[in-house]
Amino acid sequence: MPMIATPQSMHFAEPLPLQSGAVLRDYMLAFETYGTLNADRSNAVLICHALNASHHVAGVYEGQERSEGWWDNMIGPGKPVDTNRFFVIGINNLGSCFGSTGPMHTDPATGRVYGADFPVVTVEDWVNAQARLLDALGIQTLAAVMGGSLGGMQALSWTLQYPERMRHAVVVASAPNLNAENIAFNEVARRAIVTDPDFHGGHFYEHNTVPQRGLRIARMIGHITYLSDDVMNTKFGRQLRRDEDDTAPGYRYSTQDVEFQIESYLRYQGDKFSEYFDANTYLLITRALDYFDPARAYGGNLSQALARASCKFLLVSFTTDWRFSPQRSREIVKALLDNRRRVSYAEIDAPHGHDAFLLDDARYMGVVRSYFESMSKELA
Amino acid sequence: MSDLTIMESIARLVPHGSRVLDLGCGDGAMLDYLQRHRGCSGYGIEISDANVLACVQRGVDVVQLNLDEGLTLFDDASFDVVLQLDTLQHLRNAETMLRETARVGRTGIVSFPNFAHWPNRLSVARGRMPVTRRLPYQWYDTPNIRVGTYKDFEVLAHKNQLRVLDAYGLQDGLEVRWLPNLRAGTAVFRFERG
Repeated sequence: MPMIATPQSMHFAEPLPLQSGAVLRDYMLAFETYGTLNADRSNAVLICHALNASHHVAGVYEGQERSEGWWDNMIGPGKPVDTNRFFVIGINNLGSCFGSTGPMHTDPATGRVYGADFPVVTVEDWVNAQARLLDALGIQTLAAVMGGSLGGMQALSWTLQYPERMRHAVVVASAPNLNAENIAFNEVARRAIVTDPDFHGGHFYEHNTVPQRGLRIARMIGHITYLSDDVMNTKFGRQLRRDEDDTAPGYRYSTQDVEFQIESYLRYQGDKFSEYFDANTYLLITRALDYFDPARAYGGNLSQALARASCKFLLVSFTTDWRFSPQRSREIVKALLDNRRRVSYAEIDAPHGHDAFLLDDARYMGVVRSYFESMSKELA
Repeated sequence: MSDLTIMESIARLVPHGSRVLDLGCGDGAMLDYLQRHRGCSGYGIEISDANVLACVQRGVDVVQLNLDEGLTLFDDASFDVVLQLDTLQHLRNAETMLRETARVGRTGIVSFPNFAHWPNRLSVARGRMPVTRRLPYQWYDTPNIRVGTYKDFEVLAHKNQLRVLDAYGLQDGLEVRWLPNLRAGTAVFRFERG
């Protein structure tokens, strides 16, 4: 029987000062928890989400088919992050569109929907907000903070912002900052959204419309970067898209019809995404990715930046991930080694590109499972 | 000779409380032993997925890395001891890694199968490559791509300006200090940069 998840939310009246200098006066955080907090409150694990995910990390919603959380293969009873042993918390980040305060909510200062006026939030701001929610739940110290991709950046930032509040960081398919190529992809996605005539300067809600064209293209380009060349060729290759009753063997000689399977796939992914994701959220989250760079305050010296981290680390990367390549994880490993921190690093030879962090791979799952098993032995 | 005896014998060469880097650490048994019995800390380096998993299961810190890519992750003299136990013979760039071992560690400890052990010599004299408990592979499927002798290592160490601090053979759980090149299946060297 699948684990049933129940979304919760918490209101915060105390203003949250943001890295930009702006202040979020009043906000809500959506979250879910799985498992049971033990008597000495030592078994809590925070899961940080990436670009298009949410607080719904694991389990299903009662009576809703196919409502599994985004990391349901990793987290749950008997799974690598075993909710029979750990109390797992998923929090939706500020600026998101899945329940926590975001651009589609009303700005209490103006009475208008935030839209493009929602303040720019950073990874550090998210971590501060997450820490406040943990305060409210009475959790002083986390057994672990874990995340993949942008979620891994949050886990890394936790080790610098609240080193005394955590014992382990599990950082999967992540990076100490984005490189120029990554920022470039984000910028293409943002331009697609912003130049959509339906964007209306980010105040499209008032015009009862959604910049779906921009969102579709943003998602299409994102999707290309999450896959590897190999996987795309194996899955789609040069296969043509043909209806079952279509027996014509050749090309259609059309520049605008869907001709290849990969086009059909990307359009489908884009369409699906544009129906549920918020355009302003996409802009905010890609910007948070761009800005994250803990070494910046140390003249680019990551070793100096990570000197504050005191917990144990597990890092995992995937050989075919070119968006957050193994080299980027090794930079983090090197900085931790320079600081003589405890760290293990697994480089999984998986074909799936960046997406591998969400998929089942026995080696990946095995390492995470073993790491959490030895962590659970530290618990009383 | 049991693995435990080899481990104990080599562990005696590692000072208490050392910071240790174990190149080709296998399932992490040596580091685990050094952490439990000699108060050491450190990391293992492994290429194999199964061994990385075994290390994580034991709670031994491990970094998955192909040693043939070098040790650029590690600064000069950043470890008290760098171990290279039964690893050298698997490396394409064995000489480079020996120099890297001496660069990263204040001392290095290397052990490897001694090809000049007398049963091996006998086998070669009979015209066949040796297949023994210590060298259990056929010539065509052996992972030991660098077959060398105790004496060969002395020459290589000299060539790379390594100062040998201690050297001996291991056979049947015992240290062999008299004619080790003939009488021991395993060669052990402890050295530092000269």
